[in-house]
Amino acid sequence: MPSLTLLGQALVSGVLAGGIYGLLALGLSLSWGLLRLVNLAHFALALLGAYLTYQLGTALHMSPWLAAAAIVPGFFLLGCGLHAVFAYFRVTEFTSLLVTFGLTVILESLLQWFWTADYRRYETPYATASLRVGPLFVPVLEMLACLTAAALALATWAWLRFTYVGKALRASAEDPAMAAAFGVNHRRQAFLLSGVSAAYAGVAGTFIALISTLAPAQIWAWVGVVFAVVIIGGLANPIGALLAGLLIGVSESITMAVVTPAWAPLVSFSVLIVILLVRPGRV
Amino acid sequence: MISRVRLNCRGLLAGLFVLALTIPAGAAPSGPPIRIGGTLALTGPLAPTALLHKIAGDVYIDELNKANGLLGRPVEWVLLDDQSKPDLTRSLYEKLLTVDKVDLLMGPYATSGILAAMSVAQRYQKVYIHHSFGMPHLAKYEMHFPTAAFGPEPNVTLPTTVFNSLAATANPPKTVAILTSKFPSAQFQSAGAKEVAEKRGLKVVLYLEYEFGTRDWGALAARVKDAKPDFLWVGALGLDGNQLLEAMKKLDYTPPRHFHLFPAPGPMVVAPDGNLALSSTVFEEHPPFMNNPGAAKLVPLFRERATKANVPYPHVDTQVAGSFAAWQVLEAAVTATKSIDDKALGQWLRANRVPTIIGTLRFDGPNNYGEDLFKVKQVQDGKWVVVWPKEFAAPGARLLPP
Repeated sequence: MPSLTLLGQALVSGVLAGGIYGLLALGLSLSWGLLRLVNLAHFALALLGAYLTYQLGTALHMSPWLAAAAIVPGFFLLGCGLHAVFAYFRVTEFTSLLVTFGLTVILESLLQWFWTADYRRYETPYATASLRVGPLFVPVLEMLACLTAAALALATWAWLRFTYVGKALRASAEDPAMAAAFGVNHRRQAFLLSGVSAAYAGVAGTFIALISTLAPAQIWAWVGVVFAVVIIGGLANPIGALLAGLLIGVSESITMAVVTPAWAPLVSFSVLIVILLVRPGRV
Repeated sequence: MISRVRLNCRGLLAGLFVLALTIPAGAAPSGPPIRIGGTLALTGPLAPTALLHKIAGDVYIDELNKANGLLGRPVEWVLLDDQSKPDLTRSLYEKLLTVDKVDLLMGPYATSGILAAMSVAQRYQKVYIHHSFGMPHLAKYEMHFPTAAFGPEPNVTLPTTVFNSLAATANPPKTVAILTSKFPSAQFQSAGAKEVAEKRGLKVVLYLEYEFGTRDWGALAARVKDAKPDFLWVGALGLDGNQLLEAMKKLDYTPPRHFHLFPAPGPMVVAPDGNLALSSTVFEEHPPFMNNPGAAKLVPLFRERATKANVPYPHVDTQVAGSFAAWQVLEAAVTATKSIDDKALGQWLRANRVPTIIGTLRFDGPNNYGEDLFKVKQVQDGKWVVVWPKEFAAPGARLLPP
């Protein structure tokens, strides 16, 4: 029987891992739900953001937060540029899978060409810093990532719910013809949303650089679990993505602590299957 | 006039003599190249280590071609990317033999890929030299020749070496926690470590297997901390050990002693928590290993090439040395038999010992394995140094206590 401390620590670890899942899922959920683009390149963008943070930090000694301040607007523009390409070639929901898969492979090769396949680690003085809460330890960087995910999820939810742009985006996703009849310029707003999604990938990338060791193939490590998070959370549902991330993170972590770590990867997909059985039609 | 001509002739001869000293001993290779086919995981999760094998192979072939090639012919390495996928590896070896029609084979990296391609080599009866196979009991093909010198039972011999090294210290461990990746060779050798530990009377307080590619190390770290072992064995591949140590550090915990089976050598050396980490090796860049003439020549070349390729840890250790040894074995067999006939090469290799950068290899034991040549190394002052057995230890080095 695991001790209470072990269970508590596993819970903390799961919540924090879930925050990262939620952060990565946020942009993907928005572009899939509101633009009908299944953007696999989101993962490659996140890793590109991580490598750029690493490069700016190690080569130019730029603080990661300053690096993020440069990367996030850059990624916003990159996202807009990508959307221009998608719009020009009239990429549909299905073809977006193929196109963005290709983009991901190209980006992976570029990462490998520039930084080699070897591991890169961005060492910072606070990499292993933790806060102590009774017998439990809360790693600072993971906590910051989780808080950032929560803040972005809440802000995005409020943006979609209370602003004209957010309402217009939701309306266009639901019924493009009717939204256009009411004067919604979906094209312009799609650029904005695509930029925001890519910017979120940049934010996630900064935290990945600080928390993980980088290798180009790491792009694929997140794909399965984050897709599960997006579907469980509901498309274009930022709060849902965050909560689903937490659910998966905690489930995996508790499985590791109580049963065996080898079963942890089964958890996300088991939860996904159960939810799809109980509530079909989430995609 | 005559004397000036004589002087000029003497000068010409002297010039030719100096020129002869500066060019390599053998003539430049000529004729159609000998094509050696193989794959490496140039992309995918195994790519960081496979990159080192690629550089080692490039260095070796360049040196071969700068000399006399093989049998006087230039050597061409037909290298394909298996993307770290065993199924693809198998298909690519089939392609190498049937489409590219290579003359000889060199194995891929790592255990799963090597096993996948072994069946192809067997079907076409090709000599199959490989450098990173960790499950000797599965290698049944009579013409496979391993240079990962694990011996026939690394699940027994390697843990025995490790526990022997610990037993020789002032405070040997009494309890052990074993965490292992489910990657086949790591799981196989770690399961063996559990049996060896129990047979030696050590208490195994935790045994866990995790998936290759695990992302969240927090819960695993918490379980190790909860188990409070004297010694932690991590059946680690690549960065697993680093990530686990870092996750444990975040819980304000570092195990008294920790061993990592197949770690990425560079990150462990530079990691703040990597000091005193233990691992296994067949080669490190210090005496007595560097006394080997092959090492003295190849190590600087590898360092130079790896540095140019922007590899963060441009040093020769187990992986690179295993790769060099594989090429040395191939060269030795071709040179000795004066042939690229697979049967002739295979027969020669089974009957002869081959001196390599990692020591003398033989292939006449069970499943073509010779001795287990692995030693125990430790991170000390930012460097890997061999600490056990004593005769292979770096000058003045010993296994440091926690």
